[in-house]
Amino acid sequence: MNKYKTELMVGVFVVLTIGAILLLALKVANQTMSSAGDTYSLYAKFDNIGGLKVRSAVKVGGVTIGRVSDIHLDKDDYTPVVTLNISTDYEGFPDTSSVSILTSGLLGEQYVGFQPGFSFDGVEDLKNGDYLQDTKSALVLEDLIGQFLFNRGGSDD
Amino acid sequence: MSFLQQVGANTIARIAAVGRAGLMLSGALFAAPKLKNVSLTVRQVYVVGVQSLLIIVVSGLFIGMVMALQGYTILVDYGAEGSLGPMVSLSLLRELGPVVTALLFAGRAGSALTAEIGLMKATEQLSSLEMMAVDPLRRVVAPRFWAGIISMPSLALIFSAVGILGGHLVGVDWLGVDSGSYWSIMQSTVEWQKDVMNGVIKSLVFALVVTWIAIFKGYDSIPTSEGISKATTETVVFSSLAVLGLDFVLTALMFGIE
Repeated sequence: MNKYKTELMVGVFVVLTIGAILLLALKVANQTMSSAGDTYSLYAKFDNIGGLKVRSAVKVGGVTIGRVSDIHLDKDDYTPVVTLNISTDYEGFPDTSSVSILTSGLLGEQYVGFQPGFSFDGVEDLKNGDYLQDTKSALVLEDLIGQFLFNRGGSDD
Repeated sequence: MSFLQQVGANTIARIAAVGRAGLMLSGALFAAPKLKNVSLTVRQVYVVGVQSLLIIVVSGLFIGMVMALQGYTILVDYGAEGSLGPMVSLSLLRELGPVVTALLFAGRAGSALTAEIGLMKATEQLSSLEMMAVDPLRRVVAPRFWAGIISMPSLALIFSAVGILGGHLVGVDWLGVDSGSYWSIMQSTVEWQKDVMNGVIKSLVFALVVTWIAIFKGYDSIPTSEGISKATTETVVFSSLAVLGLDFVLTALMFGIE
């Protein structure tokens, strides 16, 4: 009887542990669901990626459709190339789509804003491995201030 | 000269102790496992894990509640009380869960392991086992070691989960943070691989260190009442220091360099 009680209590312990893992996985991390899906890759060249990081979100109108999976410098023309992993749930964006690097909130982290383009005859869909042509770089505050000062100087004349 | 001699003798004794500890561990782990020892391990999981459950759950609950209370009073000034969820969950999963569990585990279970094995040695039970051709490493040490390795990460996970629920209790039910933002901002911030899994790896390392120190201190104790009391104290002190030092190293490796 005593041995049975021990086994029962160890069983309760194991059940509690599994409960904790489930709580952490589903309620806290919520990663198992979203990362399990299939993705396809798109590439985009920017002049300046600002503070964009690997695992930053790719969003269409605020909805996350994928994540940045890799950032590297093109060896030929020394511009940053960003690899976007988009969920296969969202396929068939037209070739005219554009991406820009945006900031969430005033001090928030940066993400890739994906702007689906118009699709009309002769426009193909974006497929795995395609390059996005229309890209807008991140706003760098120093450049912006420099431009502002330059413009002011010009208007005073 | 005698001072130098003492330093040298101490160093040699320490290195020999590390060697004995390694030999004990390998003797316990690489011995062929027997089916009978599984039930011994289950018995030890009960002693080491289940009986530590109360202190782990209670301290996890209160630490989560205190963190929510402290975090709320600061975050509310910036209107950022929605970040309470990530604050509580990240500090629990990354640091407090593994570390506090390891410290409590060293005090609650580690000292008991040392005292038990030390007393077995003092009352010559270990030698009697050897006389009966039963390997005490396999029969006594290995089940306790595996029980520690199994129990501590489980306890750390329970600690974190209960702490997050405790943070919810204070933050949401008492102070009025929005329940949706508590969970959803937590979900978008906490990463399974980076935060949860690294916490589990941390607690596995701590479990190995704490259990190893506890068992070795008992196994290597001077078989007198003073020797056992000294070994028990050393278990708690050494394993706490080892946990805190290792925690810094592991954190630097896991989160230090992006």
